[in-house]
Amino acid sequence: MSILAPAVRAWRGLRWYVREATGEARWDEYVERCARDGTEPVSRRAWERHRADAREHDPRSRCC
Amino acid sequence: MATTTPVRRPDGPGRRMTPAGIAIWGGIALVGALCWTVLALSRGEEVSALWILFAALASYAIAYRFYARFIADRVLEVDDTRATPAERLENGQDFDVTDRRVLFGHHFAAIAGAGPLVGPVLAAQMGYLPGTIWIIVGVILAGAVQDMMVLFFSMRRDGKSLGQMVREEIGTVGGIAALIAVFAIMIIILAVLALVVVNALAESPWGVFSIGLTIPIALFMGFYLRYLRPGRVSETTAIGVALLLLAIVVGGWIDDTALGETLTLSHETLTVCLIVYGFIASVLPVWMLLTPRDYLSTFMKIGVIALLAVGLVLARPVLANDDVTSFALDGDGPVFAGKLFPFVFITIACGALSGFHALISSGTTPKMIAKESHVRMIGYGGMLMESFVAISALIAACVIDQGLYFAMNSPAGATGGTAASAAEFVGTLGFTIPPDTLTQAAAAVQEPTLVSRTGGAPTLAVGISQIFTDAFGGGLAAFWYHFAIMFEALFILTAVDAGTRVGRFMLQDTIGNIWPRYGDTSWRPAAWSASALVVAAWGYMLYVGVTDPLGGINQLFPLFGISNQLLAAIALCVCVTLMLKHGKARWVWVPLVPLVWDLITTMTASWQKVFSDNPAIGYFAQADRYRDARDAGEVLAPAKDAGQMDQVITNSTTNGVLQLTFAILVIVVVANAAVVWVRALRAGSLPTTEVPAVPSQIVAPADFFATADEKAAVRAWEESRLTSTGRHR
Repeated sequence: MSILAPAVRAWRGLRWYVREATGEARWDEYVERCARDGTEPVSRRAWERHRADAREHDPRSRCC
Repeated sequence: MATTTPVRRPDGPGRRMTPAGIAIWGGIALVGALCWTVLALSRGEEVSALWILFAALASYAIAYRFYARFIADRVLEVDDTRATPAERLENGQDFDVTDRRVLFGHHFAAIAGAGPLVGPVLAAQMGYLPGTIWIIVGVILAGAVQDMMVLFFSMRRDGKSLGQMVREEIGTVGGIAALIAVFAIMIIILAVLALVVVNALAESPWGVFSIGLTIPIALFMGFYLRYLRPGRVSETTAIGVALLLLAIVVGGWIDDTALGETLTLSHETLTVCLIVYGFIASVLPVWMLLTPRDYLSTFMKIGVIALLAVGLVLARPVLANDDVTSFALDGDGPVFAGKLFPFVFITIACGALSGFHALISSGTTPKMIAKESHVRMIGYGGMLMESFVAISALIAACVIDQGLYFAMNSPAGATGGTAASAAEFVGTLGFTIPPDTLTQAAAAVQEPTLVSRTGGAPTLAVGISQIFTDAFGGGLAAFWYHFAIMFEALFILTAVDAGTRVGRFMLQDTIGNIWPRYGDTSWRPAAWSASALVVAAWGYMLYVGVTDPLGGINQLFPLFGISNQLLAAIALCVCVTLMLKHGKARWVWVPLVPLVWDLITTMTASWQKVFSDNPAIGYFAQADRYRDARDAGEVLAPAKDAGQMDQVITNSTTNGVLQLTFAILVIVVVANAAVVWVRALRAGSLPTTEVPAVPSQIVAPADFFATADEKAAVRAWEESRLTSTGRHR
């Protein structure tokens, strides 16, 4: 186990980074926040659609 | 009125270097000095490319550790006790506190593009040394400084855009000039990038097939993410990347088939395809094409860059060109005309200093920063990474056979387009390459020909293919070539889609000032017509480049490089203005030195491109030469008939007028700024639009790796937050 520990840590770190960078972690945060505030979260589909609509009106340039 | 509060760093005055720190940094300095010495002293012998790589890495490390920290602490006085816009205005959308390492990734993905790959490849015409020196020195003293300072100043103004900052901090005249300049420069950049793609894909069925498939792949990903598995981005990207690699492999099978014939497209056909695609992509909802494509391109970007770094270390290639070639000194190179000064600075462009980054460092990124001190890591660090990409591209271009390099990069008008005539032409430059070698090199990567494949992308792909084949073995040269082409084309098409959208929003916003309805981005007639206008503008310039008998890259790349560097001049001008308005004249040299240097190089280059009487350099001299010949009833090579003579005259005149316009717009901004500088210096300081300080509640480490103290502070803060919300409930 002790030999595997660094590998497990690296895997967890990578997984965390990918989830944060792709925005997937944001859904979990939203669900957590709803649980904390005692509100019912909307469906994931509706939530992602809302985010996509926001992106529609926020053009982000990609550089040369 | 100095609005910045004094700096309070948790590790304040006790931050002395430990003996271990001194040993490590002393070691890095020694490695860097050794690499630079070898590069400086090697003449006419075999020089390993790794000297360049490690000279770069050691220089970056030292600049990041010392110069960037100096700028953060002393010049900008970043203050972690002050809340950032992300903390104050958090709305879960554009204002969003983001982990520093994640934001570094986002920012890098946004700034990295094809520019730092293409520029160094073309600059390799002048030898490996000029490019290496400018990429490294330029990024440390200019490019990274610009990105970091613009990021900081925009962050202190709730993420205002560069154009807004010019208008509010410099003046209305400068603001209008900057707005026009930004828009026009963006059009040129999009056109030149599109030209690189057209040149890479023309007459290449494999390339057209695999790049073409990225559209259905992206559409599939878009629908998958929207309807099947909402939000599962990594899963969707993994599927997309697998399909992408499959598309590259399958592309190799279509040679000599009917489909291959159909997909062998001319430059003109591809131009039309790209214009139609650009329009459709910019009016479709972003979830369908743009967002999934962006996931793919980001993944490929990071993957290829990492692979290239590993490949270089494993393959340990030897540089094939001279340190400084005669083209650098005489200015008569076939890839682009002009001497080392100023054209090496113009050609390298994005890898050392990129004005375009200022558009990303203002606006998007500053709204996501968690802590003020992160501007160093994200602004300066992100640009160092971009410069590393440029160094890798330079190496890839310098390790391929130089006969092949010049056969690929000289315009078709010079090489004649066939292996035999190209070999002959390259012979006149002083390189020997038998026609058979050229044919074999093309066959090795399964392309019909490599002669006059200008634009930089094919050359880089040949270099990457050579390095990867040496590093990883396996006789996959053709696969790696098309892999590299795919990676560049993806970058560029994403930039073209996104750039067209940004241009459309800018246009709608501007016209919306006069006709408010037009500014509504959801109103279809406005959205479609603005998109069409933007696409028409870059499409026209692309067409000019594609059909130019003198070679589009040869003609347009200097315009692209100068525009980009002029945009950097505007950004640095804002930095100088704000330093003076904040009463920090003592440190104004930090942005002023790069600004002055940038103005010297770009204005010299602009002057030469406009007024030079050498037809190879001056656009108007060129137009005159062809006009005189046409009026005398002659046809000058490389034009083949009177129609092409007219084309050269029109194109050269257009380019010259654009060049002159850009330079004048920048002079207007600088002149307007100079007035403000004098006023600020006289008054000691002037009020700015900086947002007043609000204390920050967030605790976060400052650098890539958290120190033990920082980790403890973060832990304590998280615990206190948990208990307080617990009580709250």
